[in-house]
Amino acid sequence: MYDAIIIGGGPGGLTAGIYASRANMKVLLIRSAFKPSLITTTDLIENYPGFPEGIGGFELVERFTQQALRFGLEIVDDDLSSLTATVIDGHEVWQVKVPSGEFQALSVIISTGTEYAHLNVPGEAEFIGRGVSYCATCDGPFYRGGSLVVVGGGDTAIQEALYLTNFAAKVTVVHRRDRLRATAVLQDRAFANEKIAFAWNSVVEEIMGDSAVKAVRLGDVSDPLAGRTLDADGVFIFTGNVPNTEPFKGLVDMDQAGYITVDAQMKTSAQGLFACGDCTRKLLRQVVTACGDGATAAFAAYEYISELKGTSYGGFKA
Amino acid sequence: MADEKFVKDPDHPITLTDQDMDQAVTTYPFLVVDCWAEWCGPCKMLGPILENLAKKHSGAIVFAKLDVDKNPDTAKKFGIRSIPNLLVFKNGQKVGDIVGAMPEAKLIERINALKG
Repeated sequence: MYDAIIIGGGPGGLTAGIYASRANMKVLLIRSAFKPSLITTTDLIENYPGFPEGIGGFELVERFTQQALRFGLEIVDDDLSSLTATVIDGHEVWQVKVPSGEFQALSVIISTGTEYAHLNVPGEAEFIGRGVSYCATCDGPFYRGGSLVVVGGGDTAIQEALYLTNFAAKVTVVHRRDRLRATAVLQDRAFANEKIAFAWNSVVEEIMGDSAVKAVRLGDVSDPLAGRTLDADGVFIFTGNVPNTEPFKGLVDMDQAGYITVDAQMKTSAQGLFACGDCTRKLLRQVVTACGDGATAAFAAYEYISELKGTSYGGFKA
Repeated sequence: MADEKFVKDPDHPITLTDQDMDQAVTTYPFLVVDCWAEWCGPCKMLGPILENLAKKHSGAIVFAKLDVDKNPDTAKKFGIRSIPNLLVFKNGQKVGDIVGAMPEAKLIERINALKG
């Protein structure tokens, strides 16, 4: 029986793991290999405090992991099959099943993050791995000298468009509005970059090609007849995110988009279930806010368990 | 030199290059080549999984790694545009590719489906 099981190996889950294991809780973290934390695909994080030169997403998560392991966190690489409430010896506990086994815990911290939204247009699924990509750091270098399309206008889209100019001859940002949502510093860099062009008020309606992507068909949101075709060797899609919360539907309250509702203590609507990071309903989804949530969730879980057991563990070392 | 590299039933992923890729494909009846690069985070996640599978399935499946940065010809030849990308060869023929990182159980299921 674990005191806490953390589901998710991103910044939120790992920070919860650092705090919980350092507080001598018996804690297990389940880390998906199928959906690695999105931050691991980010080339450079410039706004995480303590790294004035910035740090790569993969390296930062690796550092979180090493820090958690140092305090004795157990990590299992597997994907959640189900989470259910059950009663053992008169105590309500949570049963966590993964393909390789099952575990019980007095509390569970959900930190499953989000994944990139798909466009759901013809050609998108067919050309994944053959020109359609959701990871600029993984696939950018295959497009040296090529023409690329980046779909989206937020921070991720603009940051990745800038990164792709290291390889591509031309990057066209396709955005459904007439201005970007991305933070000002990224916008300034994008507008100053000669390799980046913009297709405003535009949406990708179809991705076309033969053995690989050759072009996209763009629609104009303000004029249904004004579509055009744009040649492209690759299409990178960064149009926002959807929460990885499907397995928790019906267990905890969520908003309409599927983000888990939590209070200031990261408590969900279900007793003993906590949630933190990008999968929760919140204003700002960043590494630093996920880490803050993770610490809070671990402390709230600690208090919950101390009360259940009627004794304290000798103090939460914050 | 290349012959020394192509030992029978290796229990760890062997390292391939553009130069010896063809020889590996003809030498081993069932070969899985992990096309990866230093700059790819998800590729690094797949690394230990392949080490594990190579040990478990030694004698049945040969696993190999190819750095696409240092070996652009192979990447070009197979039209690789996304990594991690596992190229799967059976009796000298490419029978499929598996794109993206995934858990060990799922990966071996996909590989076995191609093995037939």
